[in-house]
Amino acid sequence: MRTGVQAAFTALSNGYLTGFLQGKIYTGPTKAVCLPGLNCYSCPGALGSCPIGSLQAVLSSRQFSVSFYVLGFLMAVGALWGRFVCGWLCPFGLVQDLIYKIPFPKKVKKIPADRYLKGFKYVMLAVFVILLPLFAVDITGMGDPWFCKYVCPSGTLMAGLPLLAANVALRSAAGWLFAWKSVILAAILFLSLLICRPFCRYLCPLGALYGFMNKASFYRLVLEEDLCIHCGKCEEACDLGIPVLTNQNSMECIRCGDCKNACPTGALHSTLDRLSAHKTGTGIPGRPSSSK
Amino acid sequence: MATLCKKYKAPLLLGAGILFLGIGAFRGEIVVVLQKAVIICLECVGIG
Repeated sequence: MRTGVQAAFTALSNGYLTGFLQGKIYTGPTKAVCLPGLNCYSCPGALGSCPIGSLQAVLSSRQFSVSFYVLGFLMAVGALWGRFVCGWLCPFGLVQDLIYKIPFPKKVKKIPADRYLKGFKYVMLAVFVILLPLFAVDITGMGDPWFCKYVCPSGTLMAGLPLLAANVALRSAAGWLFAWKSVILAAILFLSLLICRPFCRYLCPLGALYGFMNKASFYRLVLEEDLCIHCGKCEEACDLGIPVLTNQNSMECIRCGDCKNACPTGALHSTLDRLSAHKTGTGIPGRPSSSK
Repeated sequence: MATLCKKYKAPLLLGAGILFLGIGAFRGEIVVVLQKAVIICLECVGIG
């Protein structure tokens, strides 16, 4: 079901098909609205804007040094869903998930130094998304979108490749920067064969931001200790290696729901499951009806 | 106060987010976002 939702949302938010055919981008008024996931606004089909790109655009502009608009959007989405967006609505997350489904001899849950590498996404957020666009400005007071320019593999995949394929003028202008970004993209796509969501784990500044709100958001996971039999199936099911039993609302959790689906007693559920069970008068999915 | 904040952190965060959105829109940040989003971002594409 999750793959279906991811695919449907990606198709809906990138529904300007003419753009792919003509090598152009959509220029309508919906582009003023941010999309919740890392969805490049230069993707030929994009009907909305990338929040990370928009944040850098406002910070690197001459007029503003704070973006209330984009931060407000991210806070509102984060308050509702936290990193549920990463698991269910992000197009680049979908790409990584699909690649991870390809059989490969050695899948690993964690790579060496995983603990330290996770910190990289906060560096990306602080340095490449906020500080450099804000302070590394030219003589006119304009900065660069550093994350988009030097790192973002989503932009290379969703905007660079389709635009260069369909637009001869752009293709002739591509140089070392495109080559560099293609190397990053290739590395991320290859790593996605081995481990689940390498970009989301180690590099994504949007995931880092939403992660701060995972514990506070309306959508949270709840573990009912009295129903938990400590079988460990939730932790086994988690491809991100999150210690579900002790930290259900970890900043790393993308809310894929694999852990709660694996729970044999229904001890692990979401606040949304609880709300819908309360509204419909039925039990929480997966929980034996006699438990309460 | 701290307990109240902890209990209502999601609604508080949502409220603050909506308030920030409004302030940003009032300040004209939407125009900057739109102006950036309707032209091909050469940096995003990898051209520079």
